[in-house]
Amino acid sequence: MFKPHISIQGLNVFYGERHVLKDITVDIPERRITAIIGPSGCGKTTLLKSLNRLTDLIDGVKVSGKVLVDGVNIFDNGIDVTEIRKKMGLIAQMPNPLPMSIYDNTAYGPRIHGMIDEKELDQLVENCLRGAGLWDEVKERLKEPASKLSLGQQQRLCLARALAVKPEYLLCDEPTSALDPISAQYIETQLLTIKKSYTIVFVTHVLRQARRLADYVIFLYLGELIEHGPAETVFTQPSNPRTRAYIEGVFG
Amino acid sequence: MNKRKLEEAFFKGLMLLSTSIVVGSLLAVFAVVILNGAPALSLSMLTQTPKGGYYLGKEGGILNAIIGSVYLAIGATALAFLLSLPIALYLNEYARKSRFASLTRLSLDVLWGIPSIVYGAFAFIIMLYLGARASLLWGIITVSLFVFPIMTRAIDEVMKMSPFKLREASYALGSTRLETALKVVTRQALPGMLTAVLLAFGRGIGDAASVLLTAGYTDSVPHSLFDPVATLPLAVFFQLGTPIPEVQQRAYASGVILLVLVLLLSIASRLSTRKFMKYVIK
Amino acid sequence: MDRRLEDIFASKLMLLATIFSSLILFIMAFALFQRSNPILRTRSLSELFLTSSWRPMMGEFGFHPFIIGTLSVTCLSMILAIPICLLSTIYLAEYAPSKVRGTIKPLIDLLAGIPSVIYGLWGVLLVIPLIRYYIAPFVGATTTGYSVLAGGIVLAIMVFPIIISVSEEVFTTVPFEVREASFALGATKWQTVKHVVMRQALPGFIAATILGFSRAFGETMAVLMVIGNVAKAPSSLFDPAYSLPALIANNYGEMMSIPLYDSALLFAALILLLLMAFFSILARIVLLRIERRSV
Repeated sequence: MFKPHISIQGLNVFYGERHVLKDITVDIPERRITAIIGPSGCGKTTLLKSLNRLTDLIDGVKVSGKVLVDGVNIFDNGIDVTEIRKKMGLIAQMPNPLPMSIYDNTAYGPRIHGMIDEKELDQLVENCLRGAGLWDEVKERLKEPASKLSLGQQQRLCLARALAVKPEYLLCDEPTSALDPISAQYIETQLLTIKKSYTIVFVTHVLRQARRLADYVIFLYLGELIEHGPAETVFTQPSNPRTRAYIEGVFG
Repeated sequence: MNKRKLEEAFFKGLMLLSTSIVVGSLLAVFAVVILNGAPALSLSMLTQTPKGGYYLGKEGGILNAIIGSVYLAIGATALAFLLSLPIALYLNEYARKSRFASLTRLSLDVLWGIPSIVYGAFAFIIMLYLGARASLLWGIITVSLFVFPIMTRAIDEVMKMSPFKLREASYALGSTRLETALKVVTRQALPGMLTAVLLAFGRGIGDAASVLLTAGYTDSVPHSLFDPVATLPLAVFFQLGTPIPEVQQRAYASGVILLVLVLLLSIASRLSTRKFMKYVIK
Repeated sequence: MDRRLEDIFASKLMLLATIFSSLILFIMAFALFQRSNPILRTRSLSELFLTSSWRPMMGEFGFHPFIIGTLSVTCLSMILAIPICLLSTIYLAEYAPSKVRGTIKPLIDLLAGIPSVIYGLWGVLLVIPLIRYYIAPFVGATTTGYSVLAGGIVLAIMVFPIIISVSEEVFTTVPFEVREASFALGATKWQTVKHVVMRQALPGFIAATILGFSRAFGETMAVLMVIGNVAKAPSSLFDPAYSLPALIANNYGEMMSIPLYDSALLFAALILLLLMAFFSILARIVLLRIERRSV
């Protein structure tokens, strides 16, 4: 039922002396939405960001273990990090449009990977903006700076931008926590719509959101993997008492 | 894909080259000056004033310039400090974010950018008007004018960083603004102020254009504020301009002395910052 | 009650000092203007700026050669300094490991503290022979070495610290999230710098360049010592020239003995003051705009 696409094996991440992720071993299923849940500061974002090696950017970071994407360990020496990241789209918690126009934001990814044909780019930009549910609102003003959009629109733009490089996976770090309820709902709907084409992994600290969207759940606490499994099972019959305590709101 | 990597490698190479040029030029300046000046350096250079015939190659040294520069730099730094501290305090304790404060900071920035020759020219005008002659006093006044924007800016930057809760605590205890300023902010800013003072001292001791028109030049050590005074930068400049090789060599040696002085000041300011940092609350 | 009085008295004193700091600029400009008046009354501005004959004893005060001299040596120094500083800044801000950065930054600060006579001395010891015996023969020119080129090289090195330190600060204000977004899309570091970081940092770099330009323009001693001081507009890099600040520094001694000479030289000082003020304000405005945008 759940075919693994990403296989995390014995992943340990240190920020200097701090042991942030402790020996994580779990598989992420293909073409499903996986939610990483747990209280704040428990390593959820680190886990997410290690999947596209954005953790490389942090000063003093040390990583051991393997992350196999389609059978290849992304932490191997010979791997081209930019190719990995092309496969993994990332949407950050706070919308982070690049300092350019709406069109250029969306086209940025394909352009840096070598796409130069204007017509192709136009078509791609339109498709992605449609895919993010933003096309109708911006089609008349593609050349305007992205900073002029509202927060919710910016986040959808970030989604479009991520889709433009034709990733296989979508990583979302609390994608709606900075947005108003209506924009949040919009993003959630889009994620559900595109789920059939992408493997989606998202981090959230809002359990209700996880219940709404997730097919598979990973529960992290203080850097350790406490429990993981199909959403139904974890939410209704968690096997670990800490999971139960978290779900029932004993701590958060 | 390869194209990307190539482009990056190319520019990275250029970047390393450029940075090496910058660092290399620093080393080149030090090396050339020291290598040329060290041979001519002798104890008499440091301990004697020019005797008769010094400028023709005979005995003597540049003690006049060394002491002269030190007197001048100390005087100018002290005078500038008397002006800078109140201004920096006023900007941070009284005027704060007002328009007046922004205007003042802008003026200070402009003053900072004005070349020292203009200060020299201005001082010269005042001296003519007052009928004064070139002297240590006017050298001090000119250099302190030149140096006080730098010092004020530096002290201001340090005070700006002082966390508000410190001041809040002082006010909550019922202090006046003056007391907070003097007892709390100043103490907190002490290492930064020391650095600012050393920075200004270094600028003051090395500047030639401002003293050229106002401090005069002499072979003796000044006995009063109204005597003309010799300065190290001018010692280098004048000695370099003679056709006599021995004197030119002495110019190089004077250059070394000045350079070493500036280097020591720079190191001192860095060390002092580090040493006093332990008293500072972040 | 006593403390209150103390506070008020002290604050008035401080206010006085602060007002002085703004006023002094205008006082200086006014004094220079006053003393320039005689020559301004007897010569038109176009005569002063466009004629090339500088013979004070005959009453001829054409500033043109000095303006061209200063401009050429300053522009040359900018042409040399801008690419080197931009690349070094990018390296320091984006690529250098923190240990390397920590070593190089203090060295650059040291460069800033070296007095200008020392740069002049170095120019005489190294740059001038280099030009005379190696560079000029290489391109087939003959020169004493005292030239625009020498001035340009020395000035370029003198402005490295100010351009690099101001730009480096601007680069570090570009928020991490924006860089992260670019990396997440699979960009290389250089692509991120080229397309994203530079876009935001460019105005700041321009401001730093303006500051560097003004510093180079007003530099007196170092230029005076290597440029040759010949009052004729240079026609090649290897020709000597004469800069405006050097004019004042070299001739202040004769100021009072020739009529209108003092007025002319002090007018030169006034030009310097006004130009420097203009550049500083310009750079400050650009930097303010950047600060406001990043908030």
